[in-house]
Amino acid sequence: MPTHSYVPHAPGYVDNEGPKIVTSRFGYEDSFTLERSQATGGYQALRTALDKTPAEIHSEVREATLLGRGGAGFPAGIKWGFLPPGKFPYYLVVNGDESEPGTYKDRLLMERDPHQLIEGCLITCYALGLQQCFLYVRGEMALAQERIAQALNEAYAEGYIGKNILGTEFSVDVVLTWGAGAYIVGEETALIESLEGNRGMPRLKPPYFPAAVGLYGQPTIVNNVETLSNVPWVTENGARQYKTYGSEKSPGTRMFAVSGHVKRPGVYEVEQGITTFRDLLYGDNFCQGIRDGHELKMFVPGGGSAPWFFEEQLDLPLEAGPVGAAGSMLGSGGIIVMDDTTDAVKAALRLVRFYARESCGKCTPCREGTTWEERVLQRILDGEGRPSDIEMLLDIADNISPGPYPVAADPAQDLDAIPFPPKQTTICPLGPSSVAPITSTIRRFRHEYEAKITKRDPIPVAAEKAVS
Amino acid sequence: MSRADEAETVNVTVNGAEIEASPGELLIDACERAGAYIPRFCYHSRMKPVGMCRMCLVEVDTGRGAALQPSCMLPVSDGMTVETETDLTKKAQDGVLEFLLVNHPLDCPVCDKGGECPLQDQTVAFGPGESRFVEEKRHYEKPIAISDTVYLDRERCILCDRCTRFANDVAGDTLIHFMDRGNNTQVNTFPDEPFASYFSGNTVQICPVGALTAKPYRFKARPWDLEETISTAWTDSVGSRITVQSSRNEVLRLLGVDADSVNWGWLSDKERFAFEALNSEDRLGRPLVRDDDHQLVATGWGDALDRAVAALQGAAPERIAMIGGARLTNESQYAWAKLAKGVLRTDNVDSQLGDGLPVEAVLGLPRATIDDACRPGGTIILMGPDPKEELGALYLRLRHAVLEDGATLIEITPRAGGLTGLASHSLHPRPGELPALTAALVAAVNGEAVDTAGVGGGVIAAAAAALDGPVTVVLGRASLAETGESVADAAVNLSRLDDVSFLSALRRGNIHGALDAGLSPGLLPGRTTLSAGSERVGEVWPGLPESDGLDTAGILAASAEGDIDVLIVLGADPINDFVDHAAAVAGLEAAGTVIAVDLVRNDSIEAAAHIVFAAAGPTESSGTFTNLEGRVSVCEQKVTPPGTARPDWMLATELAHRLGADLGLDSPESIRAELVSVSPVHHNLIEEALAVGRIDGVLVEGNGDIAAPVSTTADVPSNDAYSLRLVSTRSMYDDGVALRHSASSRGLARGLDVRLSPTEFDKLGVKPGTIVKVESSCGQLLAPAFADSSLPAGSAHVPWSAAGSPAGSLIDAGAPFIDVRVERA
Ligand SMILES: Cc1cc2nc3c(=O)[nH]c(=O)nc-3n(C[C@H](O)[C@H](O)[C@H](O)COP(=O)(O)O)c2cc1C
Ligand code: SF4
Ligand code: SF4
Ligand code: FES
Repeated sequence: MPTHSYVPHAPGYVDNEGPKIVTSRFGYEDSFTLERSQATGGYQALRTALDKTPAEIHSEVREATLLGRGGAGFPAGIKWGFLPPGKFPYYLVVNGDESEPGTYKDRLLMERDPHQLIEGCLITCYALGLQQCFLYVRGEMALAQERIAQALNEAYAEGYIGKNILGTEFSVDVVLTWGAGAYIVGEETALIESLEGNRGMPRLKPPYFPAAVGLYGQPTIVNNVETLSNVPWVTENGARQYKTYGSEKSPGTRMFAVSGHVKRPGVYEVEQGITTFRDLLYGDNFCQGIRDGHELKMFVPGGGSAPWFFEEQLDLPLEAGPVGAAGSMLGSGGIIVMDDTTDAVKAALRLVRFYARESCGKCTPCREGTTWEERVLQRILDGEGRPSDIEMLLDIADNISPGPYPVAADPAQDLDAIPFPPKQTTICPLGPSSVAPITSTIRRFRHEYEAKITKRDPIPVAAEKAVS
Repeated sequence: MSRADEAETVNVTVNGAEIEASPGELLIDACERAGAYIPRFCYHSRMKPVGMCRMCLVEVDTGRGAALQPSCMLPVSDGMTVETETDLTKKAQDGVLEFLLVNHPLDCPVCDKGGECPLQDQTVAFGPGESRFVEEKRHYEKPIAISDTVYLDRERCILCDRCTRFANDVAGDTLIHFMDRGNNTQVNTFPDEPFASYFSGNTVQICPVGALTAKPYRFKARPWDLEETISTAWTDSVGSRITVQSSRNEVLRLLGVDADSVNWGWLSDKERFAFEALNSEDRLGRPLVRDDDHQLVATGWGDALDRAVAALQGAAPERIAMIGGARLTNESQYAWAKLAKGVLRTDNVDSQLGDGLPVEAVLGLPRATIDDACRPGGTIILMGPDPKEELGALYLRLRHAVLEDGATLIEITPRAGGLTGLASHSLHPRPGELPALTAALVAAVNGEAVDTAGVGGGVIAAAAAALDGPVTVVLGRASLAETGESVADAAVNLSRLDDVSFLSALRRGNIHGALDAGLSPGLLPGRTTLSAGSERVGEVWPGLPESDGLDTAGILAASAEGDIDVLIVLGADPINDFVDHAAAVAGLEAAGTVIAVDLVRNDSIEAAAHIVFAAAGPTESSGTFTNLEGRVSVCEQKVTPPGTARPDWMLATELAHRLGADLGLDSPESIRAELVSVSPVHHNLIEEALAVGRIDGVLVEGNGDIAAPVSTTADVPSNDAYSLRLVSTRSMYDDGVALRHSASSRGLARGLDVRLSPTEFDKLGVKPGTIVKVESSCGQLLAPAFADSSLPAGSAHVPWSAAGSPAGSLIDAGAPFIDVRVERA
């Protein structure tokens, strides 16, 4: 049984020998070049699309139930229908800011197959009559920026982008921009602010979708890199074919980035809905289980913002509905696996600190609350915890995200799951995301907190099971 | 919005009680009307809501279940149910306040905001009783000076975005921003770029904590020691409403009052901080007379008044003159007008210093209010000074009208100014050629446009095509090197446009009150002329002048010829303020006796006054003020004047008394009553109306008997190839008397320079900043030279500065335009 089948030129990607919709070229070393792309069917879907009417393409994508891969999982075809008529110009914004903790799949798509993404953008613009496309790439992803820039130059030269694309009436320009390294610009309205040259801070909702009022006040479709990378395949092969993969509600494949204490961490293209967490974390074609000699303690199922799961949730399918009902989300497709050597409080602190540092500073509860949470956790870890700290942490959390916070069931304590999503006193979900590690760990591992707070010798976490 | 829409209302249930609200009204305001005050920090009714502080969260149900929503962001909708006092709401408010306090320093005992601090007040009313935060608070360097007047203490800042929104959105000075993120988010300036905004004081006023403080008030008082009264700002003619706050008989702070028709609560820094001059050491507390050694020495009132009477008694009416008066209240202006014209019977009376407009252009054209000018969908033609430099609060209103309400702005100005970026068309005609350009613009509305006054025909045609809706001309004297008659002629041309009215942009304090009081040659109180008003006014006054008198230029010229025996200088400094420096010096020096009435010793007093009356200043006497719209508002006395200084009107009655006449005026109220009795236009200026219009004032409308101006100027020849035509405009910090005596504003005056259109600059062949010589037929100066691409070809700009009047030394008051030569020094 192979423990390694990493593709050397696509570090992080693991070929799990399943159906390939967006990673089909990852096996080629030169997959990012126009030459390789064209040799393997690249831009064929664009030609196919241009032979059809825009409405046909749109309805194909709607039929396919192409779910957004940025975090919210909203069906692209339906979002595309929110554009108000007669408010020219319309824009497409590609969210390539991927910075959710544990998530690194958009980066691979941009580095390995920029032409696929560009083709998806062009088809989307054609299908919706969008006049300009803005590709926004995370500040730190230098290679992705370079590859996309190169690909754009090639595509312009080849006549795929620009005026009268492939001799048709269809014209569109694609602009590449990149961020300055702030997580919050992944939030679509903050991204739009940043594109406009402002400080990246989320806008107030409503309007709930930039489709109504977006970039420069114009109707704007914002989609994730992976979402758009699916569009050429759907166009070329049709919704029916697409739906032969995955489940009925979550058709197709989806990229999952698994990190942490598994034998073979990496990015996998997985059939959604029918694959379970257990398949993915333990399957031979996938992560091959927890590293030897250790057991699963907990895992973050959908990017750092997701409430944590445990052993009991392993058999849930990778599908939004059941995962949401179980108290978390698939979010950005980043799974962080932690085994029994992990200190729950430390792990929580690590994620909380991320949100504290990345808060944009706009709303009081997030700006002040996340840092306060971080400092209390740090104090507990430093052995300065107070008995009231646990309740206080939960109360601070409640002031950021009022009411019961989504959390997984805990059969041992006879506690039910609280379903997703959380409520918020803030403008965007970043502040409430900081609550997930806290409520998840306090509910499950309160004794670890208490052990640190009462200044007893810490229980060696690896031996914890034996103790309890 | 159509009438029908306006009439429509929606029903909202606030804490169980149904109220009516207008569609679009924000929930936070609707609840406040319903008696349910929702706490807030970032919301400010004059700025776009941002929903940042989250203090105003309340439980709202719009049919999809109750949820916490920021009420400052939510427009009311029909059937909305709001609960402002549920446990969930209270917990959220408690939580937000606790969050705001975790890093807030315990500065209250030493914080200027203590006692009037929304954070203190709302913590008491809505916040938690105890702190659970045991960690060390966030620290920053305590206060950093972000400009010459404003200090920022970032530890106290709660990041409400009010100051930054004001600076960026309202004032357009994008100089302060949020920086960094997370818990380190802070307001700051860019390195090396101070918060040098003419409007910076507003940020201090709206900061809900003590993060922003202004130098003049820092550590001066505690709010509970302050007394306040309403008044009107006096440093320009906008008539911004203010509260005057004092402690122990000293004015310590002015705050803007939100008068819907005027300043919306905003003030320029000049309006806000100029009160410092009133408290300055240099204030006159006693009258002065010139002794045998030609020194000004203090004396008693009896002596000073007797000397003045002696001088006046020996003088024939036509040998008496009075210039100035815009500093005074309406009541004092009336009293002095009655003394000069009614008792002394001279019509050599002028409140303008050669820097204004013919009165017909101000009073004789259809008049507009600020609200008229700012009408959504209307057009503003700016043919006057840069409002940002001269009429700060009006600038903010105009800016808002263009940016937010869709008004169109067309500029006809000598060079680019503060509103240029917002103008749909900017026309910069050659100096002296305003009449030609406006004629061409009017002609272009109906036909073809040809190149005129250095402006291309295409540009003129485009501007004409942009005229939309009702037109308001903001009319004033942009360049002091171009005559008021030229501007008046241009106004006559523009008066031919459809649906047009005029908003005066004369800048000097209460100049519009002075004109309404008749402080101008040929005028009598109540927008009437010597001939038309003589019967009405003559019934009440002891006498009247026999014929029309001289304006300031005429008075100074006559004086220089030895024809003026007594010259009364009523709160003016002609040496620094009259457009023609040499003429002012000559006229003052040659006058037989110069009687000055003022607050401080200015250069004209030092040079020429024989008798100086110490007058009470703004805040030291009661009365009313007339702004550029003709709006009359009250100015209440707050403190006593220094020493034995007296209100101006009292000095007039005292002089009259000693001259054997009784003005019959014994209080500001009695003066107003008499004004109403002689002036039909002032008919609504009754005490009841002033009480009702305590905030917005009372608009005095109509042209009275003043006819529209008639064209007077001839075509202007173009300048020869060796000379450039002079432009001279004012800036906010012009080194005027008030500013020179304000500690915080003193250093802000810009230096002198000369700016040339780029072609001319290139011809000169020098590096930017090189000192060059500028010479006109009457004087010269040395100044560094720079290029200015907005200046029309063939012109040069020298800023007007009051100190020493350098530009005034180049200007000949009688000339329709000034040609200068600019040469390497
Ligand atoms: C705090 C925050 C961070 C986010 N970061 C990302 C991101 O890095 N990449 C992304 O595609 N979407 C991100 N999103 C989701 C976007 O707002 C948006 O929903 C998404 O780009 C829409 O694309 P999709 O419909 O194709 O998923 C983030 C949302 C939030 C609230
Ligand atoms: S929740 Fe946090 S990140 Fe989101 S808008 Fe508010 S302060 Fe910014
Ligand atoms: S300085 Fe004052 S006004 Fe500005 S953001 Fe901070 S608290 Fe608000
Ligand atoms: S007042 Fe509404 S969020 Fe600040």
